[in-house]
Amino acid sequence: MTIISVLLILSCLLLLGSSRLHVAIRVVAAQGLLLGGLPIIRSAGDIHYGIWILGLSTILSKGILLPWLMTVCVRLSGIRREIEPFIGFGASLLCGTALLGLAVWITARLQLPGEAPLILTTSSFFAMFVGLFLMVTRRQAISQSLAYLVMENGVYGIGVSMSLDFPFLVELGILLDVFVGVFLMGNLLFHIDREFEHLDTNKLTELSDLSEPATLRAEEHP
Amino acid sequence: MTLLWWIILLPAAAGIASYFIRWNGLRRFLWVAVAGSHLAMSIAAALPAGGTPLDHWIGMDSLSAIFLVLTSLLFFGATIYGVGYVAREPVTLRRDFEDGSLFKNEPESVFTGGSLLLLATMSLAILSRHLALQWVAIEATTLASAPLIYYHQNRRSLEAAWKYLILCSVGIALALLGIFFIRMTMQNGPHDLTLAALLEQAGTLNHKWLSTAFIFMLVGYGTKMGLAPLHTWLPDAHSEAPSPVSALLSGALLNCAFLGILRVQQICAAAGMASFGGDLLILFGLLSMGLAGVFILRQADYKRMLAYSSVEHMGILALGVGLGGLGLFGSFLHAVNHSIVKAMLFFTAGNILARFNTKSTMKIQGVCHALPISGALWIAGFLAVTGSPPFGTFVSEFTILRAILDQGRWITAGLYVLFLLLAFVGMSGIVLRMALGRSEVERTREPLTAIASPVVFAVLALVLGVYLPGPLVDKLHDAAQLLTGVAK
Repeated sequence: MTIISVLLILSCLLLLGSSRLHVAIRVVAAQGLLLGGLPIIRSAGDIHYGIWILGLSTILSKGILLPWLMTVCVRLSGIRREIEPFIGFGASLLCGTALLGLAVWITARLQLPGEAPLILTTSSFFAMFVGLFLMVTRRQAISQSLAYLVMENGVYGIGVSMSLDFPFLVELGILLDVFVGVFLMGNLLFHIDREFEHLDTNKLTELSDLSEPATLRAEEHP
Repeated sequence: MTLLWWIILLPAAAGIASYFIRWNGLRRFLWVAVAGSHLAMSIAAALPAGGTPLDHWIGMDSLSAIFLVLTSLLFFGATIYGVGYVAREPVTLRRDFEDGSLFKNEPESVFTGGSLLLLATMSLAILSRHLALQWVAIEATTLASAPLIYYHQNRRSLEAAWKYLILCSVGIALALLGIFFIRMTMQNGPHDLTLAALLEQAGTLNHKWLSTAFIFMLVGYGTKMGLAPLHTWLPDAHSEAPSPVSALLSGALLNCAFLGILRVQQICAAAGMASFGGDLLILFGLLSMGLAGVFILRQADYKRMLAYSSVEHMGILALGVGLGGLGLFGSFLHAVNHSIVKAMLFFTAGNILARFNTKSTMKIQGVCHALPISGALWIAGFLAVTGSPPFGTFVSEFTILRAILDQGRWITAGLYVLFLLLAFVGMSGIVLRMALGRSEVERTREPLTAIASPVVFAVLALVLGVYLPGPLVDKLHDAAQLLTGVAK
């Protein structure tokens, strides 16, 4: 458990500091594998078939299928690296340590019940914060979908650490939602790449009320 | 009980089947048939006073009865409109009228299938009485509707769909965290997240965890409901989606997220924390109303104007629930009125867009001249959505105002009236300029499918202003009772 938590924290730090999309995808895939194994390890004594199914489908979807989809996206778009984000990679790492401090502080304040493994809660909160941080600061659409996965991994980890036992079907429903969600994002990525010839979401600014809606005023009547 | 399962499973099965049916006629027939039978089943399930047993995963109380019938009614209207809409949409590659790029619609089967799946997931979200199951359903509505927003497959709809998917998914992930925290409120006893179990143990719930959970769920579902400042995706998605989809998003889908918030507020009220959640809801409500009012004032795109009007009305709903008491009744009544009027307005906007080929308010004149029926509906819809008498919205907005005054909240009352006026002024300028005058477009006969639903909805909005049917009043009172903290 402790090893998984530490690996989760390290993987998040790696994500913050790396600019290569292939690395980021592999790191997120590794997180999926770790988290899929988590409930199986957590319930070491009495292994229930539901836990196996859940763990294995988490590994399959978050650890294998979705990263594979992202890899295809990267290969087709020919983009290898993240563009220089709004907050640089070094500064991102620095922010990361601040976020880690925040995660520790929040976990300490939460007054969790005695049996909850604090280190896992902390690292999961950290993953969630890192996901949100990456979502806001990274510009590539692929990075944003990866950030969503990291955040979702964090939320999932918090759930496991609090030993929440949702009914099996609900758990499966949550996993299915996440899978379909990222799948749709991947699908849209292909279209963004084709339409805009880049994946820089910073340029998705045709729809806004804060800047002048130029398209509406300037275009001629057809 | 089996009827409720049918209400969810029938559209789900039909939606999946729609993807595989090649023949347009059969698919459209299936679409209308399912929408019609869904409406019939919803009314049949909603009418009996007793309702179903509520300790299962799905069940129906007064609150879900109102929202289910409303959703089903809107979907039926959107289906009638939508069948004509997809039939008139060209299937070939064409030029975008705003930026001139080439685009091609998604296949019609994706549109029909997505709509039916959206209906299925919305029904599940409304009927589920297990908080985590409801979360799964609400997230699924996002996934079902994202391809609908991207129906036109041009750059703007792509941007809108991307923002919608990312922002709503992130928001809803926070709501899931909130649900974890609700689980932590139950210190002893079975950790059962059904509403029945939570309400039963309401007295023993841990208040600190519950307040944290409420905040997370308000932010999460509030993103999806379009409460400011989390509404940024909403004007994009609602303006770029095809008009029948916009009507569903504004009129039905926002209500589902609202219901998600109502369920937590219901738990808070039962635990004696109604005012904690209430104050937050009032704050978010006023913020949404004010912000929407400002953006309506300087709006250059009439579908965006309608979208901001939805943000405003979601603010009114949140405000009414925050007040409690009479405000609850007013808020639920307003949800009914707003959905009907907003769907009608989006249908009409679709007609205008199809005829004038622009969404810019500056380039349109003489809608009444070119499209007599849509023009009249456009003006009537404007009056209704701004809460003018004799429409139903006037009654509900006035009820909420009375609730504010009863509690002696003078500042809230002042802001409420000010923001309503702001929206009225902003919309009147835009709508009247568009409707009146002479147009360059010549007068045409409007297709029946394009005007049937909006005309019926306009009549409904008018009728609700002068006469409230008895069963509806009973349901509304019952629903308001659920959130007043009286343990049931």
